[in-house]
Amino acid sequence: MALSSRLVICDDCDTVYRMPVLGRGEVARCARCGAVLARYHRFGLDALAALVLAALLLFIQGNIWPVVTLALNGQQNSTTLWGMILIMWQDHSQVVSVITAVTLFFFPLFNMLTLGWLLFFGRQGRQAPGFRTLMLAMHYLGPWTMSEVFVLGALVAMVKAKAYFEVLPDAGIYAYAALTLFITLFAGIDLRRLWDIVPGRRT
Amino acid sequence: MTALPRAEQLGLIGCTVCGLVSRAPDFDDAGCSRCGSALRRRKTASLSRTWALLIAAFIAYVPANVLPIMRTASLGDIDDNTILSGVLELWNKDSQALAVIVFSASIVVPMLKFFALLVLLICVHRRSHWAQPQRAKLYRLIELIGHWSMLDVFVVALLTALVRFNLLSSVEPLPGVIFFGLTVVLTMFASLSFDPRLTWDDEEPHD
Repeated sequence: MALSSRLVICDDCDTVYRMPVLGRGEVARCARCGAVLARYHRFGLDALAALVLAALLLFIQGNIWPVVTLALNGQQNSTTLWGMILIMWQDHSQVVSVITAVTLFFFPLFNMLTLGWLLFFGRQGRQAPGFRTLMLAMHYLGPWTMSEVFVLGALVAMVKAKAYFEVLPDAGIYAYAALTLFITLFAGIDLRRLWDIVPGRRT
Repeated sequence: MTALPRAEQLGLIGCTVCGLVSRAPDFDDAGCSRCGSALRRRKTASLSRTWALLIAAFIAYVPANVLPIMRTASLGDIDDNTILSGVLELWNKDSQALAVIVFSASIVVPMLKFFALLVLLICVHRRSHWAQPQRAKLYRLIELIGHWSMLDVFVVALLTALVRFNLLSSVEPLPGVIFFGLTVVLTMFASLSFDPRLTWDDEEPHD
């Protein structure tokens, strides 16, 4: 049923094109609606795998280092991300606590591990075990990754908390800010190229 | 428009998940041979689903703005904040840049989303040719910025946790923030269920 993979159909308006060969920095846009059809792959699969590894290191740092220090009554209190999540849970803000844990911990972790897993095998020209399920999961979860919004939210919350006491940013929040840049970069990656990996052939 | 043939005219169908181009199957419920996703010419019941979600989102948007989203208590001084009063507070406390960011995320973005989806839906119903490229751009814009509205929900969440450390004051989330979160999630579902290809369909809307 499948036809030549040289054809591409615009997602936004259903126009059919022959897949163009793109040079460095080139982007193919739909002539009808202007949507991006294909981009030149600036990063090879090896480079992407390296980026995922770097993001994972930042994620670990962001989670083991405290995110903020609070200074009140001459006392200094540091808290990590999970410290915050647990405090909210114990304080009858379970809904908010779960949203926090999912957005800032489970989603990014799942994203990075999955991407790493897919790329690890993709680099060898193979499809990872569970390839189809994971690719579908990435496709459907994509719009719900909101870590970058959360980091900005943290900044606003810190400014507002200054009404009550001194809040100082800690190393963890900088790690998360850097991680945000990586996550934004990942969001721009066209995962579809992984579908095109034919077993046994390196792309 | 022979220069720009559409999938239907060529008897083709594109998988919206993996991008594989297949010959259009002559039976329903066909799956993509590569990723197994259902091959659909257009998203199922796109217009009625988008309308339903949009209206639900709008209903939730009213309490989200009217009800306070958080209560701050400091030395017996209780103060309930709505989304708008939170923005004003930031502005008055010399954080104008942040006030503008929060105002954009919490008020401009949801409004823009309501307005944009309304325009897109009405134009599809009227089978309008008006500003098709601009409407395509508008859809891509709301897809890109939609989730930023979650900002205020996160601010309330984090502020609640932070202020716990100060025994003399407290911040607690109030129902308004749940309604606001609900509005954002519903508008995200609404824009996901809208099929931008309908903008370019001249024939009967597929509903």
